[in-house]
Amino acid sequence: MAELTNGKIRNSILKSIGLPTIIIAVFYAVVLVSAFMLGLPMTELISDTLRRFGMNGLLVLAMVPSIKSGTGPNFALPVGISCGLLAIVCGIEFGFEGFGLILFASVFATIVATIVGYLYGKLLNAVKGAEMTIATYTGFSIVSLMSLVWLMVPFQSKKMGWLIGSGLRETIQLDSVGADGIINEFLAFNIFGVKVPTGLLLVFFAFCILIWLFFRTKTGIAIFAGGQNPKFAEASGIDIDKNRVIANIISTILGALGIILYSQSYGYTQLYAAPLNMAFPAVAAILIGGATASKANVINVLIGVFLFQGLFTTSLPVANQLFAGTDLSETLRMVIQNGIILYALTQVKGGDR
Amino acid sequence: MSENLLKLKNISKDYYGNQVLNNINIDINKGEIHALVGENGAGKSTLMNILFGMPVIHSTGGYKGSIEIEGKEVNIATPHDAMNLGIGMVHQEFMLIPGFTITENIKINREITNPNIVSRIFGKSLETLDFKKMNADARKALDKLDMGIDEFTLVAGLPVGHMQFIEIAREIDKTGMKILVFDEPTAVLTETETQNLLKAIKKLAESGIGIIFISHRLDEVMQISDRVTVLRDGEHVATMNTKDTNTHEIAQLMIGRKISLDRKEKTNHISDETILRIRNFVVKMPGEEVKGLDLDVKKGEIIGIGGLAGQGKLGIANGIMGIYPAKGEVVFEGKPLELNNPKKSIASGLAFVSEDRKGVGLLLDSSIEFNTVFTSMQIHNDFLIKIGPIKFKDSKKIREHTKKMIKDLDIRCRSPLQNAGSLSGGNQQKVCLARALTQNPKLLLVSEPTRGIDVGAKKLVLDLLRKLNEEQGMTIVMTSSELAELRSICDRIVIICDGKVEGILPPDAPDADFGLMMSGSRANSDLRGDLNG
Repeated sequence: MAELTNGKIRNSILKSIGLPTIIIAVFYAVVLVSAFMLGLPMTELISDTLRRFGMNGLLVLAMVPSIKSGTGPNFALPVGISCGLLAIVCGIEFGFEGFGLILFASVFATIVATIVGYLYGKLLNAVKGAEMTIATYTGFSIVSLMSLVWLMVPFQSKKMGWLIGSGLRETIQLDSVGADGIINEFLAFNIFGVKVPTGLLLVFFAFCILIWLFFRTKTGIAIFAGGQNPKFAEASGIDIDKNRVIANIISTILGALGIILYSQSYGYTQLYAAPLNMAFPAVAAILIGGATASKANVINVLIGVFLFQGLFTTSLPVANQLFAGTDLSETLRMVIQNGIILYALTQVKGGDR
Repeated sequence: MSENLLKLKNISKDYYGNQVLNNINIDINKGEIHALVGENGAGKSTLMNILFGMPVIHSTGGYKGSIEIEGKEVNIATPHDAMNLGIGMVHQEFMLIPGFTITENIKINREITNPNIVSRIFGKSLETLDFKKMNADARKALDKLDMGIDEFTLVAGLPVGHMQFIEIAREIDKTGMKILVFDEPTAVLTETETQNLLKAIKKLAESGIGIIFISHRLDEVMQISDRVTVLRDGEHVATMNTKDTNTHEIAQLMIGRKISLDRKEKTNHISDETILRIRNFVVKMPGEEVKGLDLDVKKGEIIGIGGLAGQGKLGIANGIMGIYPAKGEVVFEGKPLELNNPKKSIASGLAFVSEDRKGVGLLLDSSIEFNTVFTSMQIHNDFLIKIGPIKFKDSKKIREHTKKMIKDLDIRCRSPLQNAGSLSGGNQQKVCLARALTQNPKLLLVSEPTRGIDVGAKKLVLDLLRKLNEEQGMTIVMTSSELAELRSICDRIVIICDGKVEGILPPDAPDADFGLMMSGSRANSDLRGDLNG
């Protein structure tokens, strides 16, 4: 009897954490130990992990509302990202710098993302049952469309244009507008040689709390119920379509703000094809954190983005040491990232939504 | 022609300890039409599943007893075995391919083929179809049924009645067909089509085929069958010669005296005030359509809605609650109710416990407390704390309320945070009721409240409904397939047939009245007139 209970508890722990999370966590631990054994600079690796954890955080958090509402992971993250990028280049063009630029970009991005997210939500309501596929291709299409925009906008700022010809550069340095790492540096400090990007982490955690709070409100609870079982929610008088739109507006806004946070930490704003594949690492991260295509919460985001980014920050130098001259780390990244998405999609039960 | 063809001996079957068939003995002679009648759940389909060797029987532990065909004991392990032994079935739903001709449908998977060059090299599956022979065979089968229709016509666009005949033609075209089962063959047919079908069945019987005829329509049974067997709750009640009995007796045997849930005298008074008035109500619920129903519900009563499956009784509550598209006039407490709007229905004081507990009734992966308060929170704005314009859930109040509900309804669980999906059926039903009660409804609609729960839990749920009615004066509309249950707590019982009210009976009306009304036997219209007046 006691054994049975133990087995049950073990099973329930395994179930509540999830097999992929455990596998990746073990793998991460192995890579960390090898990094230590190889004598790699651990403080630097940890600093790097913290920075990448913070800068990718919002993009992963953007998955929570869409998954909870029942539209699946937001594969159309490039839609939100494009809104954020547009806001940044507009800010630079209007001559904003430093915190002013970040503030303007955030406000402007939120406004644009609200409108775009509304339209995107309407689109998803029209294609119920095929949300994830449609989302992926919406993401791809918007990137191509925005490439045209970047080429044709009549912006004059010398900081963004090519040396000759018209259009915006592929990569825009943010140090020239005093926004390189501006949030990271806020209250940043060193401890045991590890650099803690306080501002970056604070912003990320603040949004995590906001999203957590949102799903405790009346609207948030209704969105969750609609995602879990639309028939149940409808019978309780919930307007599911409206809720799906709201959730995808929030997801799009998080994508837009996420890229602003990402860009300032990275030091560059990347246009054209750069957002093309940004949805996949974000989707993979939340899934590694224990989410499924129909269930996710903020804890999944925190665990997932830490494991995913930590693993790749650490595995790159380890792989370079062990297999010099190869591109093994990047290959491994693609295998794990796409493998985990594939795994999650096979877990989606037919007819659930 | 009294040669014995099929003998079912001492057939018993249980699903995980739940006895659904108990010691059934039926024998069928050559050329006999043997009717099989019984309520939903009496065990007719299980018996047929055994006869056809359906996988559902063998994957749940098989059955007890033996089957003999022409005196030889046979083992029917798969539907294929059944077919080889000459047992055929005409399905209720048509299994025809619309884009194929009648011949092709009749001959599908049993095509007559001629070898050709390609098939000699690549095998039999590439042989040429011999349409001439196939058409001739199809013609023969159709002629047997007196069908003048051309065998090369496409099935698409044919009237429903013809499709039924093609199904039959397919069965009789199989060589060595000995026993043919008709499962509710007339359910979708018009009056004339029905008569034609019955004629065809008689003709088939004359050719020596044994026929098992399953139907709810007792007048058809009287008209066509030689003998009739009545099943009730898995028990073999009687087998009689049709000419020695009448619909009245059959109906009485079908309903029977069940384990009576004793009925207490009511203590509260039912007012004359009509709380819910339904006129010309149409609900498009697939399989349970309501077709122009009129009904008045009095304040303070428990009104039962009964009837056979598929007649539309479940559509009524679903239509009122806006879950399936509805049309017509519904007046609740003197105010017209906006249809097709669940939010309005709930807000005006109606609460619904769905028959589809796992699909509509519960969020299986969410906690008991979430399930309990969700609807009240969303529609009545209970259990919320307002901070500025934002309404957060009031976790403390939710917990307190759920604990009270768990105590009041005796929900057996570890904690209010346990997932609803991990509870037993009876406790899940109580959570559904808890959610409905949390809404403080003026009228409670409950559909199939005891479906899939054990006897002890059944009694608890029924007692609870009665208590709500007596102590709080709550009006309850209870829909159930189990007549005994309705008779144990309802003040009046409405029988639905073909999407309309067939009649209203007091709970202590004789069994035969219920049986006749449920089978829609129009012969007793005088009885209906009395009760409606």
